[in-house]
Amino acid sequence: MPKRSIVPFGPQHPVLPEPVHLDLVMEDEKVIEAIPSIGYVHRGLESLVQKKDFNEMVYVTERICGICSFMHGMGYCSAVEQIMDVQVPRRAEYLRTIWAEMSRLHSHLLWLGLLADAFGFEALFMQSWRLREKILDMFEISTGGRVIFSVNKIGGVLKDMPADMLSSFVSILNDMERDLRETTQIFMDDYTVKSRLVGVGILTEEDAIRRGAVGPMMRASGIEVDMRKTGYAAYNDLDFQIITSKDCDSFARCQVRIGEIFQSIELIRQAVAKIPDTEISVPVKGFPKGEAYVRFEQPRGEAFYYVRANGSKFLDRMRVRTPTFANLPALSQILQGCQYGDVPLLILTIDPCISCTER
Amino acid sequence: MQEIQKDIYKIEMVELLPVIMEKKNDMWRLVQICCAFVDGNYEITYSFATGYEISNYRLVVAKDEPVPSISRVYKSAILYENEMRELFGLDVEYIKVDYHDKLYRINEETPFLKKEEK
Repeated sequence: MPKRSIVPFGPQHPVLPEPVHLDLVMEDEKVIEAIPSIGYVHRGLESLVQKKDFNEMVYVTERICGICSFMHGMGYCSAVEQIMDVQVPRRAEYLRTIWAEMSRLHSHLLWLGLLADAFGFEALFMQSWRLREKILDMFEISTGGRVIFSVNKIGGVLKDMPADMLSSFVSILNDMERDLRETTQIFMDDYTVKSRLVGVGILTEEDAIRRGAVGPMMRASGIEVDMRKTGYAAYNDLDFQIITSKDCDSFARCQVRIGEIFQSIELIRQAVAKIPDTEISVPVKGFPKGEAYVRFEQPRGEAFYYVRANGSKFLDRMRVRTPTFANLPALSQILQGCQYGDVPLLILTIDPCISCTER
Repeated sequence: MQEIQKDIYKIEMVELLPVIMEKKNDMWRLVQICCAFVDGNYEITYSFATGYEISNYRLVVAKDEPVPSISRVYKSAILYENEMRELFGLDVEYIKVDYHDKLYRINEETPFLKKEEK
């Protein structure tokens, strides 16, 4: 039996923008087992329900993550609205959908850039982030913020997007789509990209289910599940197909995310074309009492929010299961049997967000 | 087993492992495990999904009562169970990979319990 050794990986590493640690059990250059370890920056935001009232918690949840900040706020508001039986105006649902899809676009472009950077394709990294910058500009124009937007409230949204702003966003996205096709084509066709991704980090359909994988990680293993199809916000009015791949490798995960970039643009176009002219929020009175859970599709996959309220202004419990938390067991799975040199890239293929995980 | 709300079923301790095995055999995915401390008891909710269908099973246990780990059936339960033990002080027995209350590297014991509940 070859000699086994344990190699520590992280929490500080050039491919890791945030701290996560892995104990890699190695036989020569081959990884036999990987044990993830988190907890370097745990914030305990869920326990703030003891100190912040249910309205203030909207701002707390938005600070769970700097990439899908908007969607965290949206998920929390939806859960409380469900408990309080609040009917959110349709325009607010559409605005939420548009901001959510913009968040997906910017998250996937961020990930493409990080992936390119990880395998040393610096020009591709810069190009991806140059395109992402346009989405951040759109966020700034529509919300005033580039990272934290604070536009969600229980009962709707705080800011509207006028028709001329929406049409200017569509024309920006139309122009951007051409650049995106050129950039993403390189990811799909370039041999340097394929040589690092094709056939690496296989996660079979069965393993994806057994390990509880979510989002593009799951869809790249051939599982056709996307929480947007449950019809929350305005998604039940929009026409789209779930993007999947049956290849189960790292390249498949890249393919799925690239497909979702173009899908998000199309969904924004559809939402802008159909957005109704109604109020953007309704007044909400009283305190929530009861419990509710919601599931929704963040860029990295399904997020789960559970809220339990006792009729006072403080909640009993708020629970957030973020997509990266669900994808960590799948990461351990894809690392088994891989070469040591592929470890950084495989960590990136789950699109890890430690900020979310360490909520 | 009793349905207490849509898709939320209350189960007894003796039903836990049969339910978990049934879900595993039917290829349901573990979505999450949530712990809450309510009226002096722990409420542990196990959520499973297949496609878009979801089922939540709620187990209520007394403060000092141990709960068996399901991590040997669902490996992905390891992080959830270590989290529940570290943040709430729930006694989860025989977790497959035990982080010994160091998953989150925090000095305070059971930080998610209120002072009067500790």
